[in-house]
Amino acid sequence: MSLNPYEIAKDFPILSRTIRDGKKLVYLDSGATSQKPNVVIEAESNFYRMHNAAAHRGAHQLAEEATDALENARAIVAEFLNAEVDEVVFTKSATESLNLISYAMGNAEPGNRFHLKAGDSIVVSEMEHHANLIPWQQLAARTGATLKWFEVTAEGRLDLSSIDSMIDATTKVVALTHQSNVLGTINPLTEIVKRAHNVGAVVVLDACQSVPHMKVDVKSLGIDFLAFSGHKTVGPTGVGIFWGRAELLKDLPPFLTGGSMIENVTMTSATWAGAPRKFEAGVPNMAQAVGLGAAFTYLNKVGMENIHAHEVSLTALLLNEIQDIPEVKIVGPLDMNLRGGTVSFTVGEIHPHDLGQYLDSQGIAVRTGHHCAWPLTRKLGVPATTRASLYLYNTPEEIHALVSGIRDAQKYFG
Amino acid sequence: MMQLDNLYQEVILDHYKNPQNKKLVLEYDAQVHHINPSCGDEITLNVSLDGQSIRNISWDGVGCSISQASVSILTDLLIGKTMEQAQEISDSFMHLMQSKGTEKGDENVLEDAVALAGVSQYPARIKCALLGWMAFKDASVQALAKK
Repeated sequence: MSLNPYEIAKDFPILSRTIRDGKKLVYLDSGATSQKPNVVIEAESNFYRMHNAAAHRGAHQLAEEATDALENARAIVAEFLNAEVDEVVFTKSATESLNLISYAMGNAEPGNRFHLKAGDSIVVSEMEHHANLIPWQQLAARTGATLKWFEVTAEGRLDLSSIDSMIDATTKVVALTHQSNVLGTINPLTEIVKRAHNVGAVVVLDACQSVPHMKVDVKSLGIDFLAFSGHKTVGPTGVGIFWGRAELLKDLPPFLTGGSMIENVTMTSATWAGAPRKFEAGVPNMAQAVGLGAAFTYLNKVGMENIHAHEVSLTALLLNEIQDIPEVKIVGPLDMNLRGGTVSFTVGEIHPHDLGQYLDSQGIAVRTGHHCAWPLTRKLGVPATTRASLYLYNTPEEIHALVSGIRDAQKYFG
Repeated sequence: MMQLDNLYQEVILDHYKNPQNKKLVLEYDAQVHHINPSCGDEITLNVSLDGQSIRNISWDGVGCSISQASVSILTDLLIGKTMEQAQEISDSFMHLMQSKGTEKGDENVLEDAVALAGVSQYPARIKCALLGWMAFKDASVQALAKK
């Protein structure tokens, strides 16, 4: 069964609005945030309308319903990832998830498997989003550990030639993006996971750009921790996921402390609840978690394989057509091997901000700038790029609109 | 006329293609380097003073047409003026940028810079137009402090 993006688009009310003097919206910025289908909007508002109460607290019916709704959403997420239910932690964002694990490791006492000290190393890559770079960079600075990184080749692939010296006996963490938010590159994980586990390191995967677009099975990937945000996966803002393997979550100290993450409390001490509660201090973002559950139910109905196949075919079309435009340079892989639907490019001397502004005047929404991956764009020698990022509701017509928009912009600024 | 033409006035595109004083002069009283962290635009700007007068402003940088044209226009406008006049012009420009498209700008004060009036209708681009002006403000304060 293949996917009909024109039918899908009808599920997303925002896609039928017009902008800038009646232009049809062409939304090519799903890598920044995705649009939301009616079922997600309904699920979130219906929680407030009918079931709102503080989950896991209170002895009344609404509290029971709120708890059920939250835990039902957790079960949906767990099934989606092929994870255990108690391994799924609700956070407010992927950024919080990555800060959670890096701060939690910083809290680990000597003797704890996650304790970091001078002489240890943390490995990242040059293609990380700031959210999967700065938490580790700062953890290294606080603990005296060394930050190391895989470089990126001119084609936009990870340079794994140095893997054995990069991941060595000193390595405690390898934190890597699954799919680059700038290049579209999907990183091969098998060899990295194997090497990391051989030296006793854990693998943290930033899955913000992969979970929305393809089947991500935490068990078959063999990774140890994973983070992603709800809002990029047709879910609400304000909810993210932190996943970790059960036996690791047992040893990982908490990050935020407070209500409902405890087992016992005295005036001078506290002990912690088990995962996931240990990592969910305070009343959670329940309505958003419920919305995320509805998002995954929706994506499951469409089918992740269908979504991925649709994006691969659109991306191939885009790569093919955009390269016919004079002066366009793709920043990232040119072939569809291990590549997702994010395409960054430059157009001659036209600054991406100006190109983005022109495209906006035609109703086409793209992202411009360094995409929160400044070290990467510096390495590639482009201060900024224009980025089109595709999703299940995008159509071949929209690819054509982008391509002719770029050609028109060349005339406008030429 | 397209709405976009309000933003990209001919004057702006001219300055973008032929930026004025875009070559760092080696003698200066103060040099600053400013970055727009949301988009990565960067500017280095040198100011030299002659008493209370602005003897020279030179700069180099990368950025969009709005940021590049704005600083180019700034140098044309402020070189040779007194610090007091520069302050008045800067204040007038700030006011224009915050006007949300309701004002055209006083051509007697702002000259070519009135071409940037359309920027005030695009909230995301105001910081582009202000990059050079903020750099000048910073550099001139430092240059005055040195004197």
